[in-house]
Formats: sequence, structure tokens, C-alpha cells
Amino acid sequence: MLTAVISGFIFALLIPFILGRLKSISTLWVALLPLTLFIYFLSKIPEILAGNTIKTSYQWVPSLGINLDFYLDGLSLLFVLLISGVGTLVFVYTSAYLKGHHYLDRFYAYLSLFMASMLGLVLSDNIYTLFLFWELTSISSFFLIGFNNDKEDSRKSALTALAITGFGGLFLMVAMVGLGQITEVYQISAMAPMAEAIKDHSLYGWVLFFLFIAAFTKSAQFPFHFWLPGAMKAPTPVSTYLHSATMVKAGVYLLARFTPVLGNHEWWNGTLIIVGAITMVYAAIHALFRIDLKGILAYSTISALGILVFLIGLGSPDALLAACIFILVHALYKATLFLVTGIIDHETGTRDVTQLRGLNKVMLPVGIAAMLAAISNAGIPPSFGFVGKDLIYGATLNMGDLAWLLTCLAILTNVALLVAGFVAGIKPFLGKLPEKFENVHLPAPSMYVPPLILATLGILFGLFPGILEGGLIKPAVSSLTGASPDFHLQLWHGFNLIFLLSLITIGSGTVLYFLLKPSESLLKKVTAFDRFSPQTIILGISHGFKLAGKGWTGFFQNGYLRYYLITILGFLSLLLAYRLYLGVDLLINTELMTEVTFYEAVVLLVMAVAILFTVFSKSRLAAVASLGVVGYSFCLIFLFYSAPDLAMTQFSIDTLTVILFVLVLYNLPKYLKLSDNRVRIRDGLLSLIFGALISILALEVMSESLSKETSEYYAENAYILGKGKNVVNVILVDFRGFDTMVEITVLAIAAIGVFGLLKLHLRSTEKE
Amino acid sequence: MELLLVIIIGLLYAAGIYMMLRRSLVKLIIGLILLGNGANLLIFLLGKIVKGEPPIIGPSEKMLGEIYADPVPQALILTAIVISFGLQAFAIILIKRAYKVVKTDDLDEMYATDEDL
Repeated sequence: MLTAVISGFIFALLIPFILGRLKSISTLWVALLPLTLFIYFLSKIPEILAGNTIKTSYQWVPSLGINLDFYLDGLSLLFVLLISGVGTLVFVYTSAYLKGHHYLDRFYAYLSLFMASMLGLVLSDNIYTLFLFWELTSISSFFLIGFNNDKEDSRKSALTALAITGFGGLFLMVAMVGLGQITEVYQISAMAPMAEAIKDHSLYGWVLFFLFIAAFTKSAQFPFHFWLPGAMKAPTPVSTYLHSATMVKAGVYLLARFTPVLGNHEWWNGTLIIVGAITMVYAAIHALFRIDLKGILAYSTISALGILVFLIGLGSPDALLAACIFILVHALYKATLFLVTGIIDHETGTRDVTQLRGLNKVMLPVGIAAMLAAISNAGIPPSFGFVGKDLIYGATLNMGDLAWLLTCLAILTNVALLVAGFVAGIKPFLGKLPEKFENVHLPAPSMYVPPLILATLGILFGLFPGILEGGLIKPAVSSLTGASPDFHLQLWHGFNLIFLLSLITIGSGTVLYFLLKPSESLLKKVTAFDRFSPQTIILGISHGFKLAGKGWTGFFQNGYLRYYLITILGFLSLLLAYRLYLGVDLLINTELMTEVTFYEAVVLLVMAVAILFTVFSKSRLAAVASLGVVGYSFCLIFLFYSAPDLAMTQFSIDTLTVILFVLVLYNLPKYLKLSDNRVRIRDGLLSLIFGALISILALEVMSESLSKETSEYYAENAYILGKGKNVVNVILVDFRGFDTMVEITVLAIAAIGVFGLLKLHLRSTEKE
Repeated sequence: MELLLVIIIGLLYAAGIYMMLRRSLVKLIIGLILLGNGANLLIFLLGKIVKGEPPIIGPSEKMLGEIYADPVPQALILTAIVISFGLQAFAIILIKRAYKVVKTDDLDEMYATDEDL
């Protein structure tokens, strides 16, 4: 099974090189890959039917519980056959649809990448690889939606889809980590026996929440549904494959897969029923008013996904059976309709249903496929859709108190879906052919055969539901319910309530189809409500987020040095002040301190006056001179307190600084008063507060005893190891010699900078 | 004495920061110098100040006696003084140069890169 999953990835890597060399011949052969996979998985049916599951495991990061565990049971089998089967037809269809496209190789690479990820997703048993493949499908779908990357719309939709599904992916990760924490195993198949313990765990609610967000974003449930109509910007094969048959069902798959583990709990059922019901009704009504074929199909797909979530929410064996059947029904008719839409778009250049009429006269096989699909969609006997619809009504009718409400919602949805299906599948083909379409011709067989196959299957399975029952549906349902299912699929149940409901649906749907003519003006009226739609709200939130980020950055990263300083110092002062407020015992032991002699006091007084003078002087020269005075006072302090080296250094450096200042003084700008008094007082206050805090901090530190270890080492070894009597010098040039060397380098660089600045001639400015 | 030095340190910090908050570049440099001096004095003070016992080994001895001024902060400060001189020298020349080109030392007016001039 690993080979089956990996082959798609390898193929995706190779295909750009292969197709680059084989530009001239048809790309039909590319479909061999999904076809092989389809046959391979078909061959597994007997084994699954016998009640076995196939399991393979490859160690990857065993220490983290991340292994490539693959697991094929009934549910996985249903999905892998869907993925590889529809995949084959889409690959075939693409070879004609995008014939001669400049980036066809790239397209096939993305498509194989997607197919492999999708296979990996539905075969994964390990929760982390499940997440990995989940993310891979989001990423590959991003490339596919944005395939026409020269169009702004296309790029925007791709980004929206990636943002929503990627956002959901993060939630999936959290849900999986939570599950791993609860169960301490990483295989889904090992979790099912622990279902009761999981439901009693305090984290259960959180796991559900995160899992639901992940599934709802991927499967376009309300209120995250809006990325799907946007994703219709993708080429039609992509819409067919990703956005009707496979990827959007990943969320449904996730819910189905975890039904045995997390399901059958009031939170699980309640949430899914409510969200599913809102989605199916909301989207079905929206589908009625679209005039773009793809828009109609997008909304009806969302509605169908809503039905699936709703059915999983009902959770009864009937409902799960209905879900399994409906997955297949929907994939068959919706993929057909999408492929047909692609043909219409390809040949006529428009997807506007108000303009399309009478195409039967020029492309009959396509029309037949579309009409068969519309019949299956409508649930008219003897189609497969009829079987599916019967099961849905059967499931809702068995729901006790809520049966009538749920059934009515289901009928409402189905009526709207029927109308949408007729508009998309029948309306373009009947009636009088407009003149402008008279030259339209039938496309290549590789384009119209795939939808024909799908549509025919949709009828065939309806006539002979037994074909599927044993091989596909029973194992799928049993892997959902955990018990061997007891049912018999059949087309005709006799005249009962369910049949009556079906008749009501078909009848009222047909009436509505003739009453309601989709038109531009109607669409405008509906789009007026867009202001209140989740799309506007969610995009508004994301826009607001951007604005807030901009405001935040603008406020803090304003580019003014003094505001940065004020922010930093103000924050620091607050912190220190808070610590002081909490209480600090300041011990000032005056006895340990050295005494103040008269001349020291004078030096300090001079220093204080010089500092104040530097700050408040109005003349540059005076300020620089008093800065010198401060420096010389420093020398004296260093001298008094046994630091002759420091005194010497300070003396020479200070002299140099003052000389430098005076040398360039006449080239320096005038000493202007730039800020007003209020600002000065504010700055002064802040500086004083900070200065005071530093003083208190210094006192605090002084009351702590100091470790003298380092100093003692130097004191003892300066002469013995360094052969020098001046300990400070020995430290600098011997013990820390390399540091000093780097310091000299820094000075050298500064000197080069100074030299460069002095000698630099700014040619451009001097010319002016 | 320590108490007085602590007050001087606070004063140096306050003065340095006040000058750095001005809009004029020259004042900014003066503020930097004051702040640097304050930091040096702080380090010096925290190493415990000792009178009249420089960390120099006597002519006939092999190591320092019982009481001596801590050599480690002194080494640190010495490095700091020299490095800050490098910074000051470069900054002073840079201001001079910048003033020649843009004709202002108001930080608020020096927002443009030279292409926009």
C-alpha cells in the first residue's frame, strides 16, 4: 500500500521531465497511473468482503509515535475507489481539455500530487500521518485552484481556500494531539475499543471542537463554506476532482472515520445535525439563484456536503448507510455535471445558464450524460439517486420526536437541489439552439466519454443496487457502525410513506423549476444580502486583524528614537517601581562606607554642577567644555579610589573628545531649542524617575555581598602566570588578550570610518 | 562617600537620558557620553571602592596584599572607556558630515534617504 501512495508522489516529480520531452504525443497515457491504482484497489475487494482489514506499517519516527501506518477497511476502500476511479476519468478528460496548454506537465504533476495525498489521507491509520496528508491536500489544492496564476481572481481564491483549509488543518493537529494525549495510542484503529473512556475524558469536548472546525473548513460547512464557490476559478477538471468528488469529502471522511471513536454522544450528534442542516438548506437555496453553471454546482455541492454531515450527525445505522450511498451517488452525478459544464465552457465559451439553450442539437452524447446525471440528482426512479434519497428519508423518519422537522428540512433541501440540477443538467440542452451556437461541435471522445461513463453508472447502480451492496457498501457501513449490517438495497420498496415523500419532492421540484427562471436581476437581489454573509464577516475580521497589526506597528515602530526610548524606559521604570512598591528593605550601612573628605566633596560638587550646566547650557562651546569638566572630575575620583590606569585613560580620552568636538565645532549645527516646555518637563520627569531608580538599584546591589573569586584569581596569578605587576594591565593584555585585540580592531574600524567620512566627497550633492 | 557617588550616578543617568530625548543630534551625543560615564561609575562603585590600594603588586612581592582595589571592574571600565571613545569620535564626525549634506540636525527632519533629497 505504501507503493500505491508513494507512486503518485514520485510520478508528480517525474512528469514535468517526461512530458517536457514528449510534447507532441497525446497525454492520454498519463491516466494509466490512476487506472492501475483503481484496478489494484478493486482486487482488494474480496479480501475486505471476507471481513478482513489490510494493515501495513512502516517505521518513520517511532519515538514520537509517527509511523506510516496504512489501513484498508470498508470505508477506506469506498474512498480509494472513488479517488482512483474519478481520478482516471479526470486524467483522461484533462488530456483533451487542456490539450496543448503550456503548463500541462505542471498541471498533471499537481493533480498526481493531490491524488497521492488524498489516497494517503484515507488510508492513514496513524493520526499524525493523517494530519500530514490532510495538509498536503490543502497545499496541492492551492496550486490547482491558482493554476491560472496570471489572473488576480484566481490567485485570490487560491489564497482564500488555503487560508481557510490551512486554518482548519491547525485545528486538526490540535485535535489529534488531544486524542493522542487521552488514549496514548496513535492508531485510529486502536482507539475504537476505548470509545467509552474517551467520551468520559475531560478533554473530549475540546477534541470534538477542534476536530469539527477541521472537518467543517475542509468540507465547506457553514460558516466556512464560502471558499468553495471561490475555488471554482480553477480549471474544470480540478473542480470536478477536488471540489465535488474527493477533497471536500475529506472532512466528511474524517467525521465518518471518527464516528466509532468519538460518535454517539449528544454533543457529537447535536452539533453535526445543526451545522449540517443549516449548510444544506442555506446552500441549496443559494444554488437556486446562481446563473453561472459552476456557481450552481458549487452551491449544490456545499448543500450535498451538508446532507452528509447531517446524516453522520443522525448517527443511526440507517443514516450511516444513507451517508455511504449518498457519497457515491453525489460523486457520480456531480462529477458528471462538472465535466459537462467544462465541455460547455470549452466549446461555447460561456457558462451563463440564461444564454445556454438547445445544445442537444450539436452535442447529443454530452446532453445525454447531463440529463442522466440530472435524473439521478433529482432522485427520479430508476436512478441510483432514487435509492439514495429513499434511504435519507428513511433515516430521518426514524428519528423519533424530531422526525418531522428533520424530514421537512431534507425535503426542502432536495427540492432545491433538484431544481439546481435541472438548471445545470437539462436547461442548457433543451429548447431552440441560438444562432451563435450553431457552429459549436462535439469535443474529442476523451472529453465526453468520461461523463457518459459516470452518468451511466449512476443509472446502472440504481437498477441493480445489488452490484454494490456486497462489495462496497456493506464493508463501509460495518466499519462505521462496528457491527455486521443487516440490510438489503433495492430500488422498489412498494407504495409507502417514503415513496410518497419522494413523489412530493420530485413533483414540487419540477413545478418550482418551471416557475423559477434564474436571471441576472434575481441574482442581484440575492447578492444584496451578501453584506450579512459569513464570507463578509470572516473576511472583515481578517481585514480588521491586518489594520490592527498595522496600527500596532505604526504606534510602536514609529521611527522616532525618543519615542522608542520613552517606551523602553517607561516600561522599565514601571517594572522597577512595581517591585519597589511590593516592598524592598533597603539596608544602608553607613559604617561600612568610606568617609567623605573635604576635597572629595568639592570634586563631586563640581561634577554635579558641571552635569547640570551641560544639560541646561544654551551654548555648544559651554556644554562641551563642561562635559570636559565632568570627565576630569572622573579622573580625580578614579585617582582617589586606587585606579590610576583608569584615571590616565579617562584623562587622555576626555581630552581627545573635547579637542575633537572643538575642532568640528564650527561645522556643527546651531544649538537650537526644538521642543516646547511641556515636552521638556515630561522628558525631565521621566529621566529623573529613571535616574532615581538606578540609584536605588545601585544601593540594593551594594548591600549584597560580592563574590571575589575572579578577582582573587587574578590577584594571585598576575605575576606568577602573567609576569606583570600591574594587575589591570595583565588582565587586559594577557588573560583577556584576545578581547583586547578585537577591541583594537573595533577602534581601527571606527578610525577608518572617521577617515572615510572626512575625506569623502559627495559628488552628486557638490555638483548641484 | 558611596551615598554621594550613588546620587551622582543617578544624576548622570537622568542627565544622559534627558539629553538623548532631545531632537538635536549634538545633544544626543552629549547624552550618550553622560550615560556612558554613569554606567562606568556604576560598575566602579559595585566593585567596592577602596582608597589608596591600587591593584599593583609591590616591587618585592609576588601577589597582591590583603586589601586591594578590585582589578576586574577596572579592566572592564578601561575597555568601556576606549570603546566609547571610538563611538564618540565616529558619531561626532558623522554628525558633522550629515549636517553638511542635509543642513539640519533635527532628528525629525532626517527621515529621508539621500535619494529623496
